[in-house]
Amino acid sequence: MLVNITSILKNKRTEILELWMKNQLSNPGLADDLISNQDLRSQSADFVNALVNNLNENNIDNPNSSDFDHVIEILGGISISRARQGFSPRETGFFILSLKESFLEILNQEISDVKDLFTQSLRLSRLMDNFTILTFETFIKGREEVIMRQTDEITDISTPVIKVWDGILALPIIGTLDSARTQVVMENLLQEIVITGSSIAILDISGVPTVDSLVAQHLLKAVSATRLMGAECIISGIRPEIAQTIVHLGIDLSQIITKATLASALQYAFKSLRLEVKRSATDNKLFNKTQY
Amino acid sequence: MTLPLTKDILVVSREQDVVLLRNRVKEHAVKIKMGLVNQTKLLTAASELVRNMLRYGNGGKAIIEVVSSGRINGIRLTFEDQGPGIADIDNAMTDGYSTGKSLGLGLPGTKRLVSEFNIKSKLGEGTTVTIIKWANG
Repeated sequence: MLVNITSILKNKRTEILELWMKNQLSNPGLADDLISNQDLRSQSADFVNALVNNLNENNIDNPNSSDFDHVIEILGGISISRARQGFSPRETGFFILSLKESFLEILNQEISDVKDLFTQSLRLSRLMDNFTILTFETFIKGREEVIMRQTDEITDISTPVIKVWDGILALPIIGTLDSARTQVVMENLLQEIVITGSSIAILDISGVPTVDSLVAQHLLKAVSATRLMGAECIISGIRPEIAQTIVHLGIDLSQIITKATLASALQYAFKSLRLEVKRSATDNKLFNKTQY
Repeated sequence: MTLPLTKDILVVSREQDVVLLRNRVKEHAVKIKMGLVNQTKLLTAASELVRNMLRYGNGGKAIIEVVSSGRINGIRLTFEDQGPGIADIDNAMTDGYSTGKSLGLGLPGTKRLVSEFNIKSKLGEGTTVTIIKWANG
């Protein structure tokens, strides 16, 4: 006759939790600076209760059963929050693996028949292994979410539109200009042109490491869009090696005003707006005060 | 006689891998003391080819090798994909020809940027592009 392991687990719930806590706390790798003993205990208790309550003889061999939805939900929540808090994968994995150990220890105490013990341990192991895999999957998903968010943030912060003068906008582009970045750059630029009523926009590509045909195409698109809005677009920050590469690649930028530095682009912009920058005369009072 | 000295293989499947590949190529180029202009040309060529591979071949494999031919060293890059292949290579090597909506400068431009250029393609089997840029070439 088979031993009913679910009832064993249900009866031994408190012992399992105690054993599990002991296992977890004895792990030298436990990040006790990241989670308090109390939080760990309540998380563990939640999980054990949910698992034991939903476990029965029918679903123990079927980890995909909908009975485990609540268990998986709790487990997913725990591993995602751990990924965000900065737990290592080892620590997160140990959380669930040490529970399996506690389960097996209890079974060892309760079942005397060796063959029976083996069969039951195997069934339970399979189920717990499945949960372990799930833990890692959600853990990695949590980490990936963090990375995705950072990527978005980088895209956002690296495309500022600066108003350098009345009617002149500057847009320093730093990093690789891919389709997604171009979209953000173009949106920001066109929006700012409308808001500030600017007639000249300077795209500075000093911070773009490589200008290949795709990047060039994106730049050309940005320039045409700016022109459609009635503004002129200047591309500045073309380094000597980039210039040579563009020529060899055969990209035609002759329709666009390009400058080597942001300074010369600004000078050009001033000239076309008929502005003049002059060194002030020496009889400037302020200047005299600080000088002498 | 071209002798490979080191070999580095990179699997390319996403757009983010373009940056990774470029950085890797740059490391090797700096190691063999390639000049800044040649470095930029090589990186641009690599960028073109890897983008082609992503766009038309659904990604593939990039092999970065430091090769030596007598006294000079260079970088050899091989891009292999299992994409649909190129129907007419002569057309693809013509300025301004593109089956996508790009400028059509990728392949012919790349050829002008590097020292040696070799393309093999079979319809339905994929495309392999090999380029060499000598440190001072």
